[in-house]
Amino acid sequence: MNDAAIAVAGPVVKPARAAARRDAAIAQALPRILAPVAIGVITLLLWEITVHVRGIEPYILPSPLLIAQTLIANWGSLQVSLWVTLQTTALALIVAVVLGVSLAILFTQSKWVELSFFPYAVILQVTPIVAIAPLIIIWVNDTRIALLICAWIVAFFPILSNTTLGLNSADHNLLNLFQLYGASRFQMLRFLRLPAAMPYFLGGLRISGGLALIGAVVAEFVAGTGGQASGLAYRILESGYQLQIPKMFAALFLISLSGVCIFLVLTLVSHLVLRRWHESAIRREN
Amino acid sequence: MIGLAAPMPAADSGAPPLPTATKGRPIVTLRGVEKQFSNGTLAVEDFNAVVGAHEFVSLLGPSGCGKSTVLRMIAGLGAPTSGEIDWPSADHDVAGEPRRDLSFVFQEPTLMPWATAIRNVMLPLRLARTARSEMQDRAAEALALVGLGGFENAYPRELSGGMKMRVSIARAIVTRPRILLMDEPFAALDEITRFKLNNDLLELWGAQSWTVIFVTHSVFESVYLSQRIVVMAARPGRVISEIAITAPYPRDESFRTSPIYNDHCRAVSAELHRAMAA
Ligand SMILES: Nc1ncnc2c1ncn2[C@@H]1O[C@H](COP(=O)(O)OP(=O)(O)OP(=O)(O)O)[C@@H](O)[C@H]1O
Ligand SMILES: [Mg+2]
Repeated sequence: MNDAAIAVAGPVVKPARAAARRDAAIAQALPRILAPVAIGVITLLLWEITVHVRGIEPYILPSPLLIAQTLIANWGSLQVSLWVTLQTTALALIVAVVLGVSLAILFTQSKWVELSFFPYAVILQVTPIVAIAPLIIIWVNDTRIALLICAWIVAFFPILSNTTLGLNSADHNLLNLFQLYGASRFQMLRFLRLPAAMPYFLGGLRISGGLALIGAVVAEFVAGTGGQASGLAYRILESGYQLQIPKMFAALFLISLSGVCIFLVLTLVSHLVLRRWHESAIRREN
Repeated sequence: MIGLAAPMPAADSGAPPLPTATKGRPIVTLRGVEKQFSNGTLAVEDFNAVVGAHEFVSLLGPSGCGKSTVLRMIAGLGAPTSGEIDWPSADHDVAGEPRRDLSFVFQEPTLMPWATAIRNVMLPLRLARTARSEMQDRAAEALALVGLGGFENAYPRELSGGMKMRVSIARAIVTRPRILLMDEPFAALDEITRFKLNNDLLELWGAQSWTVIFVTHSVFESVYLSQRIVVMAARPGRVISEIAITAPYPRDESFRTSPIYNDHCRAVSAELHRAMAA
């Protein structure tokens, strides 16, 4: 092989090798999917068998099959609730991103703003959401907006603190370089601080995605049956009162599934954004 | 080896190859420059030097003697605590700051990891709001100049240490600066790559009308490259002596093995030892 020629000509990708590499990548990814799926299937089987062999009543512990049947039978109402909860979650996450990133940018522009406001962001974070949710629900007339505020409070902080950290962790020499070339504040932000903050922001986003869902569900619980908007938590409360335990499990399943999906989507986004350059996303070859 | 005999008489005959600081138009003057950091460290004391246009000057000294500090002050990164740095031939902006028109090559490549090689090189032009097409052309040209044509779209992590350094140099020269400040740019590289980049740098310097201030702690490198070497001593950082290297350019591999090169190295080495003992 003439390595020198390749080096001079720049990156050369041979088609046959590319195909082989793709096959290798799939072969690598397959066990990573198959292993957890196998564990899941085995657990469900054991669960199903135990329920039948022990003769456990469905109102104590329903079998997976029964839960699945209930889910399908009640899909109409559950689907509406799922949609409501997901809407609250997504909106809360979007507002958290917009406000969190804006505030973080403001923080890096002025030390005084950061010093004055950061403690309150911390207070917002450390106060348990269950404790303030009733207040918010009383204060805000529209329950949907009250739920949104609760979910937002929980989702907001990781984005704010991570993005602030990221904006401040731009390489010192690069900051000097920008200064040397007379970069304006905006250019410094646009071309240096924001890209440098990206991995931190995305890390915060992944945490906040799950937290937004938790915040939404907790707020729904607190709002209880009083809320005319009926999210998944409301379905769980309702099934509890009516002792429809399989339906409770079905709603619970939907919540967990949503959480996992949110995590997967955000992980994918993070990977796509960082895959070309950040250590966390690149596949090491040595 | 036979070829070696040729440059020697030329050097000895005393024909000045290029103007030196004292003869050339001064481009930057440091007078009584002192730098004390807030923690009390006196990094530089009573530093005096003149650098002329188109000169190649090296700052040589032991680790921690304040070379980087001086270079950064010249670049305007951190003002001296006393003394002054003058730019006699530069325009001044409304705030009275000189338009230094310089580029800085840091000890580390200092590339943006999220940007491709060409986007890294385009950065200074982008900050100066150059038109996109011109930016592309000039960046590609600068990359080709440092021998990295074909690697425009490679990310820094896909490049070797020497290649990253060359991207960093391309970024420094893309603005066609009057002055190039280099802080031990090749210190982390292997010898072969370093020699190659030394030659490339000299070639570029010969072709463009640059002034280069080059920081190094290698006697051999400073003698090979420069017209004049400013030897510094530590604690506090100060100038011990200035040595002119009269050997003519172009200098190439044969110069590295010539007796005159050896003589210069020995003389500079002695100065450096004196500096370290001082
Ligand atoms: N930001 C700083 N704060 C306090 N002291 C500093 C700072 N930067 C440098 N110094 C001190 O100033 C002195 C000179 O440092 P400088 O970095 O200029 O050395 P140098 O000659 O470039 O060394 P090297 O060859 O190792 O790079 C050192 O004693 C160092 O401890
Ligand atoms: Mg240094």
